[in-house]
Amino acid sequence: MGLFLDFNPFDNLLCILLGISFTVWFTLLLVFIIVPAIFGVSFGIRQLYMKTLLKIFEWATHRIERGAKDNNHLFVSDGNRDLDHASEFEMSDIFYFCRQGVESIMDDEVTKRFSAEELESWNLLTRSNYNFQHISLRLTVLWGLGVVIRYGFLLPLRVTLAFTGVGLLVVLTSIIGFLPNGRMKNFLSEQVHLMCYRICVRALTAIITYHDSENKPKNGGICVANHTSPIDVIILASDGCYAMVGQIHGGLMGVIQKSMVKACPHIWFERSEVKDRHLVAKRLSDHVEDKTKLPILIFPEGTCINNTSVMMFKKGSFEIGSTVYPVAIKYDPRFGDAFWNSSQFGMVNYLLRMMSSWAIVCSVWYLPPMTREEGEDAVQFANRVKAAIARQGGLVDLLWDGGLKRGKVKDTFKEEQQKLYSKMLVGTQEDRSRS
Amino acid sequence: MGSRASTLLREEEIEEIKKETGFSHSQITRLYSRFTSLDKGENGTLSREDFQRIPELAINPLGDRIINAFFPEGEDQVNFRGFMRTLAHFRPIEDNEKNKDPTASEPLNSRSNKLLFAFRLYDLDRDDKISRDELLQVLRMMVGVNISDEQLGSIADRTIQEADQNGDNSISFNEFIKVLEKVDVEQKMSIRFLH
Repeated sequence: MGLFLDFNPFDNLLCILLGISFTVWFTLLLVFIIVPAIFGVSFGIRQLYMKTLLKIFEWATHRIERGAKDNNHLFVSDGNRDLDHASEFEMSDIFYFCRQGVESIMDDEVTKRFSAEELESWNLLTRSNYNFQHISLRLTVLWGLGVVIRYGFLLPLRVTLAFTGVGLLVVLTSIIGFLPNGRMKNFLSEQVHLMCYRICVRALTAIITYHDSENKPKNGGICVANHTSPIDVIILASDGCYAMVGQIHGGLMGVIQKSMVKACPHIWFERSEVKDRHLVAKRLSDHVEDKTKLPILIFPEGTCINNTSVMMFKKGSFEIGSTVYPVAIKYDPRFGDAFWNSSQFGMVNYLLRMMSSWAIVCSVWYLPPMTREEGEDAVQFANRVKAAIARQGGLVDLLWDGGLKRGKVKDTFKEEQQKLYSKMLVGTQEDRSRS
Repeated sequence: MGSRASTLLREEEIEEIKKETGFSHSQITRLYSRFTSLDKGENGTLSREDFQRIPELAINPLGDRIINAFFPEGEDQVNFRGFMRTLAHFRPIEDNEKNKDPTASEPLNSRSNKLLFAFRLYDLDRDDKISRDELLQVLRMMVGVNISDEQLGSIADRTIQEADQNGDNSISFNEFIKVLEKVDVEQKMSIRFLH
């Protein structure tokens, strides 16, 4: 009996303590995160956090011994000097192709865009730790502390916020769907979307700097941006309202998509409709002509690239003929790599990795609007926009197609090379036959 | 991190590769991370598909022949040692290596071995002779559809005529060396490394 009596007070105490901590927890959450998200203000907590982290990373890097390291190239490429002797075939011509080939085996411009960027300093995440094998005791302790903080404190916090944000989005947009179409509905829908995206931004601890907001996309335009991860959408949509374009998915994504479209017109396609390019173009241009509808958000690369370069833009969005508002997004990889390597991780795995990183720090530049000029076709227009985005974001402008992540390169490129070589040979053959 | 740890390069292996190929420690580790990034199956070896995934190599007219050079006769997988051994042919010849001890085995990047690498690109059936057919096939790979059969045939005939010395209508390795004796093979078949 004595033992039994002993348990009760402790149980009570435990319950009371739990109850208090939950209440405190939720109040803090509400005051510091959710309420500011609703009104779009910021306490500056995240900026302070970022500065502290940077100091720690600098210290960590100094502790690690690093020799001089060139991150970009292993060798010096001599270019095309060898094949310009412009005469007849020699057995040594093979050397040119041979060397080009082996150089591309050692290092090429394309395949390295599809895996995460190598970092110069270590940010205490083992996932970025490719080349750092020397770790001192102090650093390991620091890393361990980092793991505890990230998984024990930050991750649960962020997951709670994420669920709150998504849940609110679904519920509120469904409610708004019942209102009659009109200005009130549009206004409310915008506010709800913005609020929920802001909560999601805080769920990722994303610290975003927006530049040149006077160029923000307007109704009837198309917003075009480089693509690194699905988070790009959240980053852009928390600062402005867009009509999304995409395929309808099943599951949770599908639920979110269906409720979003009740509140304002997004453009969702069935899987079967995606292949029909004319249908897609028609729906996009119909939407764009209606000036009361929000600007469309499109990622023309068609796939996620690792944020060191911008790959070929698909021309579809540039054929529609409306104003294009380019946006450049550049992530700071020191805090967490935002690139989604979809062949390596699924979506859930990826989101967990994002939520257990230190933070997502990025810069968004709104570039001045561009329109297609006289005599310019869609492809040239697309390349012009791409160059502008690459320049602003400090990314490498590549002609290669992002589709190379999964598919093979087209044979036409090889045929080009063969043609060039043949021209060199045949040119001299013709001379010989004439003489 | 688990699977990555098991494929980490050990110090002894690095030393062995250094001795065999002449690459420096940092070059070997750098090329090892390149090797692992190409190895999509993560099984420590590369297949032909892994090479073909490099777009710049896929559009090279002689891409397939170059890829073939990495794989020993009849095999479909190449491990890191084999990979480095083949790449070693393209290491530049350093001055202090030129007058080495003649009894030591020839380094992989000697002029003769570089020429052998190129010879094997032509010699499709590995019978140590470049026949007219083989030459034609390789020429066809380099020019695509842009030159007619007759023109290509005459180019091949002329080349064999100039090179062939013993009248067997094909080019042996020695004849190959003779034809290219004035060519700066060391420069054309070398890739300059930064460190």
